[in-house]
Amino acid sequence: MIRLDNLTKVFDTPKGAVTAADHISMEVPSGEICILLGPSGCGKTTTLKMTNRIVRPTSGKVFINGEDTSSLDTQDLRRNIGYVIQQIGLFPNMTIEENITVVPKLLGWDKAKYRERAREMLDMIALEPDAFLKRYPSELSGGQQQRIGVARALAADPPVMLMDEPFGAIDPINRAVIQDEFLKMQQELNKTIMFVSHDIDEAIKMGDRIAIFRDGKLVQYSEPDELLAAPKNDFIESFLGEDRALKRLNLVKVRDLASEEIGLVRPDDTLATALQRIESYGYLNSIVMVNDKRQPVGIINASVARTTQGHCRDHYQSVPVVISLDDDLRKVASLMFANDMTWVPCVDDDGRIVGQITQRAITHHLGSRYRAHSKGDSSAKAAEASPSPASKE
Amino acid sequence: MPTLNLAGAGRFLVLVVVFLAGIWSQSSGLIDDFIFYLPDIQFLAVQHLWLTAMSGGLAILVAIPLGILLSRPSMARVAESMMQVLNVGTTIPTLAVLALSMSFLGIGTVPAVFGLFVATLLPIARNTYTGLKGVDPALMEAAAGIGMSPTQRLLRVELPNALYVIFAGIRTALAINIGTVPLAFLIGAGGLGELIFTGIDLYEPVMMLSGAIPTALLAVAVDILIAIIAFLLVPRGVNPSRA
Repeated sequence: MIRLDNLTKVFDTPKGAVTAADHISMEVPSGEICILLGPSGCGKTTTLKMTNRIVRPTSGKVFINGEDTSSLDTQDLRRNIGYVIQQIGLFPNMTIEENITVVPKLLGWDKAKYRERAREMLDMIALEPDAFLKRYPSELSGGQQQRIGVARALAADPPVMLMDEPFGAIDPINRAVIQDEFLKMQQELNKTIMFVSHDIDEAIKMGDRIAIFRDGKLVQYSEPDELLAAPKNDFIESFLGEDRALKRLNLVKVRDLASEEIGLVRPDDTLATALQRIESYGYLNSIVMVNDKRQPVGIINASVARTTQGHCRDHYQSVPVVISLDDDLRKVASLMFANDMTWVPCVDDDGRIVGQITQRAITHHLGSRYRAHSKGDSSAKAAEASPSPASKE
Repeated sequence: MPTLNLAGAGRFLVLVVVFLAGIWSQSSGLIDDFIFYLPDIQFLAVQHLWLTAMSGGLAILVAIPLGILLSRPSMARVAESMMQVLNVGTTIPTLAVLALSMSFLGIGTVPAVFGLFVATLLPIARNTYTGLKGVDPALMEAAAGIGMSPTQRLLRVELPNALYVIFAGIRTALAINIGTVPLAFLIGAGGLGELIFTGIDLYEPVMMLSGAIPTALLAVAVDILIAIIAFLLVPRGVNPSRA
């Protein structure tokens, strides 16, 4: 857990005092990723760097796992916080192994233990230890270097990590891959992470919570869905972008909105039955045909059912489009648009049909949150940024 | 292949020229003249190298810590002005420096070593300072962020990454040093300058050359030696010659 208590930084510049961070109070619960988001110069990086004293706070306190860090020695504090920066900052004079084992060595681990740890870390970031341990950073691609950067930060297994735009310098394709890998690692490691970003999409993808900064102040601190559904003021609304409703599609899984009710036909049913079911379920033009195990084998078109007599098994067409329960709504929407459908059958891990998801359900889900919030809009706007998530619940 | 033939022809030409030069120098008695000075050359070259080793070694021992000191953040304000002071040491002609140190320290090895030391100091200090200042700030932030103390940062990150530039400074400085040692003869410290200046005074070109050519060869040899040391000492990841 990281708790910031009225953290303030005032820089003395020739033009006068500039408040880079103004009484920032927030709490990142254990095992969560908190994204600090905002335009440049908003104080997000200053706030992050005050946490491990790269920037010395003018006033305020930092608590890590409940302990006031101001009593700790700076070096001890930093050795117990993983630190990843955008420029990666691998030491070019050291091999990959030496880079990864820097912190364990500083902490006085014995040799066998930290060498073993280096191999473990490379395995974790999916780089072959024998191929990489003895190489130098300059011999690696940017993506590989940043993976090593993350491994170095994790090597001593610190409970807390600070990441300053860690994936900002990596090309978009690699960035998405590294983000996914990192999220997967985080599922197992459960680190408490503060993560600076200026990319709203990255924030929504990576963050359990998002803190939005502006002019040195923390403006809103919420979970991503909450943030997109109920931006606190016009600044946040414009920062999130016109398409913020669409961004929420990423955050909701098919599982949450699928209904179990779905009209199906079996190969033995007649086309008349199929037509009747198409109409009773309100489908526009087709129905899914399944086998005995409820696995989809094809679709029956309404036009065929209307004009032809016989059994479904003789008149079905290609395998239908289906979606897995663990996919997000963005993929559903994409499939719907691509195939001109208003509903998509959902399948479980064994490929059996378990329900359907409709366009109506999606728009209703997104819309209901907005309606709920626009009712309490005036009161929400009047309220100041709530200092901690605890007070919200 | 035509290029291969060209290279072969060039090599052949060089061999022929060297061979002809050998014939000429043998027939004109030049070789014999040089051989006449050989014992002198040997003795004076050792003296020459001694002067370089003492003044250069002293300069390295002083200049590197000085460069390190000036590159510390706390020294940022005075660092540039200190560098200017050292610059003055280089802009004064070495002859003048030697003359000055003679007027304070007398004649002999001590004033010569001191004068050479002053002339050698700056390139090393300047390169140490620049090399350390040139270390990527991101590296310094990473080093600080993972919890290295200032001393650990200096020893494990800054110096290894600046080492190549520091060695470049040492190479320049020692080349200048060896080329300057002949002047030390003028204040009675010996070295190959003895043959050079005496040769000039006596209108003896061969005598002058038997001082000058070994001096040049020594400069080249020392340069190669330092290059080898740099090659071995600078970590592979930051060593352009081992990339």
